[in-house]
Amino acid sequence: MSWFTPQLTANLWAMTQALIILLGAVLLGAVMTIVERRLLGLWQDRYGPNRVGPFGLLQLIADMIKIFFKEDWIPPFSDRVLFVLAPGIAMASLLLAFIIIPITPGWGVADLHIGLLFFFAMAGINVYAVLFGGWASGNKYALIGAMRASAQTLSYEVFIGLAVMGVVAMTGSFNMRDIVAAQEDVWFVIPQFLGFLTFLIAGIAVTHRHPFDQPEAEQELADGYHVEYSSMKFGMYFIGEYVGMLLVSALIVTLFFGGWHGPWLPPIVWFALKTGAFLMFFVLLRASLPRPRYDRVMSFGWKVCLPLTLINLLVTGAVVLLVPG
Amino acid sequence: MAIAFYLSGFIAVLATLGVITGTSPVHAVLYLIISLLAVALVFFALGAPFAGVLEIIIYAGAIMVLFVFVVMMLNLGGEARQQEKLWLQPGTWIGPSLLAGLLLALLLTLLLGGEAGPVITGDLLTAKAVAITLFGPWLLVVELAAMLLLAALVTASHVGRLGPGAENTATSPSKGRSR
Repeated sequence: MSWFTPQLTANLWAMTQALIILLGAVLLGAVMTIVERRLLGLWQDRYGPNRVGPFGLLQLIADMIKIFFKEDWIPPFSDRVLFVLAPGIAMASLLLAFIIIPITPGWGVADLHIGLLFFFAMAGINVYAVLFGGWASGNKYALIGAMRASAQTLSYEVFIGLAVMGVVAMTGSFNMRDIVAAQEDVWFVIPQFLGFLTFLIAGIAVTHRHPFDQPEAEQELADGYHVEYSSMKFGMYFIGEYVGMLLVSALIVTLFFGGWHGPWLPPIVWFALKTGAFLMFFVLLRASLPRPRYDRVMSFGWKVCLPLTLINLLVTGAVVLLVPG
Repeated sequence: MAIAFYLSGFIAVLATLGVITGTSPVHAVLYLIISLLAVALVFFALGAPFAGVLEIIIYAGAIMVLFVFVVMMLNLGGEARQQEKLWLQPGTWIGPSLLAGLLLALLLTLLLGGEAGPVITGDLLTAKAVAITLFGPWLLVVELAAMLLLAALVTASHVGRLGPGAENTATSPSKGRSR
């Protein structure tokens, strides 16, 4: 086995890790659909899906079979190329962003210099999934939904970037592992509380989860940008949303809650626990909050969140400059 | 790194050709996005990931979204395609492309004189190094650009501002005034 060098084994191991993380993200996204429905049922005093298998655990498989075998209809009035391309962008851009997340000291796909910026790049590309999907559908409701979604995502992306710049300034690096290492003693949620709040809000808005799901409002838009999608194309938008939720939860944990740091338990458990807690929080938000009006969402973003992030960045910069070391 | 550089450069050229020759405006914008992404990859291959990622965030992620926005709002249909086809008659593009081809040949001969290989090393230029250069020797330029952008921002908010008494009519029906 002369060609089985340490370099090759390291490469193979890295590839396996990447594959496992990719599959894990997709699977968790799929499982979240069921977990969310069960939890919504619990919090809204109803049952939720509990018929298929014990506690409705097999509902996921039933749903998958259903969605795979549905008729995959491409509307004749649609723009075919973009219509097919858009769900792919929705899923791929968010899955790609997972490569920067350090799960444990030994686990993680890429250790990029520009770590955090890569997420913003992918979030920026993710806008096109909604925009092209809505336009290519050739449907008024879809177009209005796409317009709302992209306007919302663009405005919230402005300060999702500003919100984490405080963390970057305190660490002095965009690298995610450096950021986690800097939180060995104090999690950034304490010195960067404003940054955390705004990042949380903007994170929900960027994944257009409830209460920021005006682009998909059923009552007004009949489901927004994916109203013409069926079968697995719809499935990809749907799973993509949950993958986005997972991504934002993992990012919040990495940036503000010390990543894998924690006493007694092994790193992977801490990471999973913290991420799980934020996933539950997202579901709880959906279960408890009403949907605000669209113009209020926009003005809240520009008039409240943006000034808050700027103040946070200003104060953080001053503190970093004044306190040496 | 060299393979990545040439491949993404090739894709950028192809996609840009697609922008020019495409008849559907939205598809042309899509090609432009691909071209920008390919240029970002060129930056990555040259060892400037910071510039590359900024290219994606700012150009592909923000500015192009506005382009798509406008193109979608204009609702360009079959008429626009016909018009684009008319503009793409050989008579219109042969002359300029001959001249451009001459320029390209000149550029290539100049480039072939030098040694291009050592440039594509893939050495990393970190964000920190870029920042130190920007806020060191180039501080004045950065400040001037910031002032320019601020002036643009103030102008834009002035132009987009509602006139006195326009408060009630400004809210479009989709924003749900009546509800």
